[in-house]
Amino acid sequence: MQSKKDAREYLIRLADHSFQPLVDGALYWPAEQALIVADLHLEKGSSFARSGQLLPPYDSLTTLTRLMAACARLRPRTLILLGDSLHDKGAADRLPEAAWQSLHQLGAVTEMIWISGNHDPEADARLPGRCLDCLDFGGITFRHIPDTAAQTPEIAGHFHPVARVATNIGGARRKAFVSDCRRIILPAYGAYTGGLNVMAPELLKLFDTSKLIASMCGDTGVFPVRANKLVPDNRMAQPVRA
Amino acid sequence: MSAIADIPDWIEAWFARRGWQVRDHQRQLVVESNARNDSLLIAPTGSGKTLAGFLPSLIDLGDPEARHEGGIHTLYISPLKALAVDIERNLATPVSEMNLPIRIETRTGDTPASRRDRQRRNPPHILLTTPEQVSLMIASADASSFFGSLRRVIVDELHALAPTKRGDLLALAIARLRQLSLGLTVTGLSATVSDPPTLRRWLTPQVNDEEKMASLVAVSASAATPPRLHILETEERLPWSGHSAQHAMAEIYERLRAHKLTLVFVNTRMQAEFVFQMLWARNDANLRIALHHGSLDVSQRRRVEAAMASGGLDAIVCTATLDLGIDWGDVDLVINVGAPKGASRLLQRVGRANHRLDEPSEAILVPSNRFEVLECRAAVEAAMAGEQDAETRRLGALDVLAQHVMGMACAAPFQADDLYAEVTSALPYAALTRARFEAVLQYVANGGYALARYDRFTRIRQDAHGAWRVSNPTMAQAYRMNVGTIVEALMMKVRYGRPRGAVIVAGKTLGEVEEYFAEGLVPGDTFLFAGELLRFEGIQEDSVLVTRAARKGDPKIPSYNGGKFPLSTHLASRVRSMLNTPERWKYLPPQVAEWLELQQRRSALPGPDNLLVETFERGERFYLVTYPFEGRLAHQTLGMLLTRRMERAGLKPQGFVANDYALAVWGLADVSMRAAKELGFMDTLFNEDMLGDDLEAWLAESALMKRTFRYCAVISGLIQQRVIGQEKRGRQITMSTDLIYDVLRSHEPDHILLQAAREDAATGLLDVRRLAQFLARIRGRVLHKPLKRPSPLSVPVLLEIGREPVYGEAADAVLAEASDNLVREVMSDTDAV
Repeated sequence: MQSKKDAREYLIRLADHSFQPLVDGALYWPAEQALIVADLHLEKGSSFARSGQLLPPYDSLTTLTRLMAACARLRPRTLILLGDSLHDKGAADRLPEAAWQSLHQLGAVTEMIWISGNHDPEADARLPGRCLDCLDFGGITFRHIPDTAAQTPEIAGHFHPVARVATNIGGARRKAFVSDCRRIILPAYGAYTGGLNVMAPELLKLFDTSKLIASMCGDTGVFPVRANKLVPDNRMAQPVRA
Repeated sequence: MSAIADIPDWIEAWFARRGWQVRDHQRQLVVESNARNDSLLIAPTGSGKTLAGFLPSLIDLGDPEARHEGGIHTLYISPLKALAVDIERNLATPVSEMNLPIRIETRTGDTPASRRDRQRRNPPHILLTTPEQVSLMIASADASSFFGSLRRVIVDELHALAPTKRGDLLALAIARLRQLSLGLTVTGLSATVSDPPTLRRWLTPQVNDEEKMASLVAVSASAATPPRLHILETEERLPWSGHSAQHAMAEIYERLRAHKLTLVFVNTRMQAEFVFQMLWARNDANLRIALHHGSLDVSQRRRVEAAMASGGLDAIVCTATLDLGIDWGDVDLVINVGAPKGASRLLQRVGRANHRLDEPSEAILVPSNRFEVLECRAAVEAAMAGEQDAETRRLGALDVLAQHVMGMACAAPFQADDLYAEVTSALPYAALTRARFEAVLQYVANGGYALARYDRFTRIRQDAHGAWRVSNPTMAQAYRMNVGTIVEALMMKVRYGRPRGAVIVAGKTLGEVEEYFAEGLVPGDTFLFAGELLRFEGIQEDSVLVTRAARKGDPKIPSYNGGKFPLSTHLASRVRSMLNTPERWKYLPPQVAEWLELQQRRSALPGPDNLLVETFERGERFYLVTYPFEGRLAHQTLGMLLTRRMERAGLKPQGFVANDYALAVWGLADVSMRAAKELGFMDTLFNEDMLGDDLEAWLAESALMKRTFRYCAVISGLIQQRVIGQEKRGRQITMSTDLIYDVLRSHEPDHILLQAAREDAATGLLDVRRLAQFLARIRGRVLHKPLKRPSPLSVPVLLEIGREPVYGEAADAVLAEASDNLVREVMSDTDAV
């Protein structure tokens, strides 16, 4: 059986750089001491309250605690957030005090770069660090929504990829980094974020299937899996017409 | 006797015209009703139980002197929609023959909205309905006028309803109905039960620990002729394991040919599908054999029921859906395939044959494997001895209470004191503390979190007079859209259909399957359903889309768990005692007796109060097999906990399988050697303390626990299945409850909803309660047999490996398996270059 160690040390290559996918869904760039996360969706839980679904209001704290732990371990100089960091327009106002404290602590030890996303198109002046629409660095573009026409390699979020495998010893569905030689799409980092299967057409069309690798987040390590091992989800997106 | 006067002449006359006379229990129920007493009628099937239940209503409504003023007089509540429909048909005869001015209608989930509206404006005298519909009706603002005239509530099949969450919901609804109509009396109808006091208390308001009981009316056992029960003595070789009973199909088919109408009962829907297929495969005489189970589409079930009633069928393969007293045809034989799992269930099923008290019912039990022979034998002995499985009284579920509290706020503003008094008058909630009630109330209002975040979004709030009322109409609407999810929402429709380009063409609905079964399928998987081999295409909203699979090969997905019953505690102890008493083996088929003798010689027999543990090596794996006889669910939980301890003890467990009788664990280290070196090792391994930290740690990640939590989240209204304004949208915005579970558990491990889920797990999918009783019983009595090879008794459970799901550290092993191959491919790629 493949040892867990090999899986854990697996690196994703993009534009001559090496990136380390982490079990919690963050991507570490050792050469630049940068930590990259996508789709925090802070205060997603409280956005359900209007319809009477009073979900446990701890998602933002959970997400930020996880991020603080990763930063404490890796001590990155830069923290890049790939958009949809806040779930909706009122999210910053609803963010609990403890969550703001975490954000300011992160801002004090790292340079935070907030890329805007479709959920948070406008920069919030209260956030520590810089707010950008996208970032070009080291020959790589960091943006929220992947650009199909991108000329340079890119690292993006937006799709919340998850991958599903079915083997003869059972199946598993986990969040995953999706990559080929042109781009890496990160899984969502937020505690209440669901996912879109890598095999969904809107995700699949962004990749060269023969080179696609889904790096699946397990309990003890990240496991790279090729496209031919992946299976789609059961959900069909189109409405029934009959 | 004064009771004579209680039956009006016109009723006696109708009985006489039919050639009947009013029976004692029917008369007695009228007496109780006239005295305004709540009552419980216990009677076997075929004793005129239903008519007895309605008789007081017919007298009230038919009496020209005491005209009912209009509005609903009697509410009849049954656990099955089909039963309500059936009763409407059966009641129509006496009502029309006696020329009574009584209007009877049904209201179920299938009743169209227009008809429900009409019923609300112009209520029938007798309304036949289900528990969920009652909850919906009492949550409406006009409930007090609608039910103001209600005199009687009849709860049918009470023994089946009371020990479930639906029973909790109904108990709460009845407590409310008593507030809406003060003169209300409640009558319960039940098959023979072991614990009448619990049901009697269930039927009457509980005040100040007085243990009040409804009056008991019972048909004496001597009135019913004992059934004739046989176990099929097969000429074939008895299988070691499995549940298909394939070996006995020819013998079963011969019996079908020899009888007029046979009911073939099986325990699971999947078994029903298999038996149906196998019988048709050999149907040379063109017998009319039909299939009936709870997952099939309503219209298909109705067609089968109608055909059965009109004599258009020779045999029906069915599950528990026909357990309950639906009366459709002249059944002259009942065949029970597989073990009945409990003596009460067996009697109930057998009672379906010869629906008359004076003739014995005939039934054949067909064990599908060797262990089931023992279990069938035990069930027959228990049934003959008149023993019943004890249903222990349950504590009302908190998620159900939360749903009810929200419903009551939708009906009218309430004071917490009043609702607490009302709720605790229902038996399941009689012991509910005020503190827990407040916790549920807070949960309904603002989620009940320590971190108060939802003051602006409360679902209910207190007004200036301290009354709780719905915060805004949207919340009431959301409640109404989601109520009744207890039975319905976790099922998905199975229908023909496949995507054609961007359009999905969906066709005929075949029935329903559990959502979690559907979620586990991969497109292309095949499974048996509605008598067809189907290919899974995908999921669309609430539908599982399938196509007909090519007619060859076995289904890829062998089974799903819908409808599996655990072995009853009572029957398990009989099986244990039979195993341990060689003098009784002469009543068993020779093959089985030989098997047990061999076990005695090679290893040991499991005793009534000890635990046999065998360890041996086979094919480079080390096995531990044990025989607790506590049912599959409890064994699975035991397996999870045991493998954790074995892992810590360095025994490197790799996986386990469980069935109703035994548990087999295998691993890479020699357990026999370890036990030889370390005195008392086995006792330590099976120590009760595994229910402490080990259980807690496992619950954190258990998929079964997450599923239990999911049910609680849906029932209690945390998650809405249907969200206002999104009914027609393709993608519904719902949150994964697994994510919610993880977050809530780490921040508020004692939240009321987690408490509810834990209480469910204790009796439900994890059966922790039964496991706890078991571990206490065998403490210090582990009988360890280190063996050179597998024992005869271990063969059945070892054969389950590969058939039943294997448990273990699943997720990462699966990922490693998928990713391994990548590494190998990558290596071979580089070699090629």
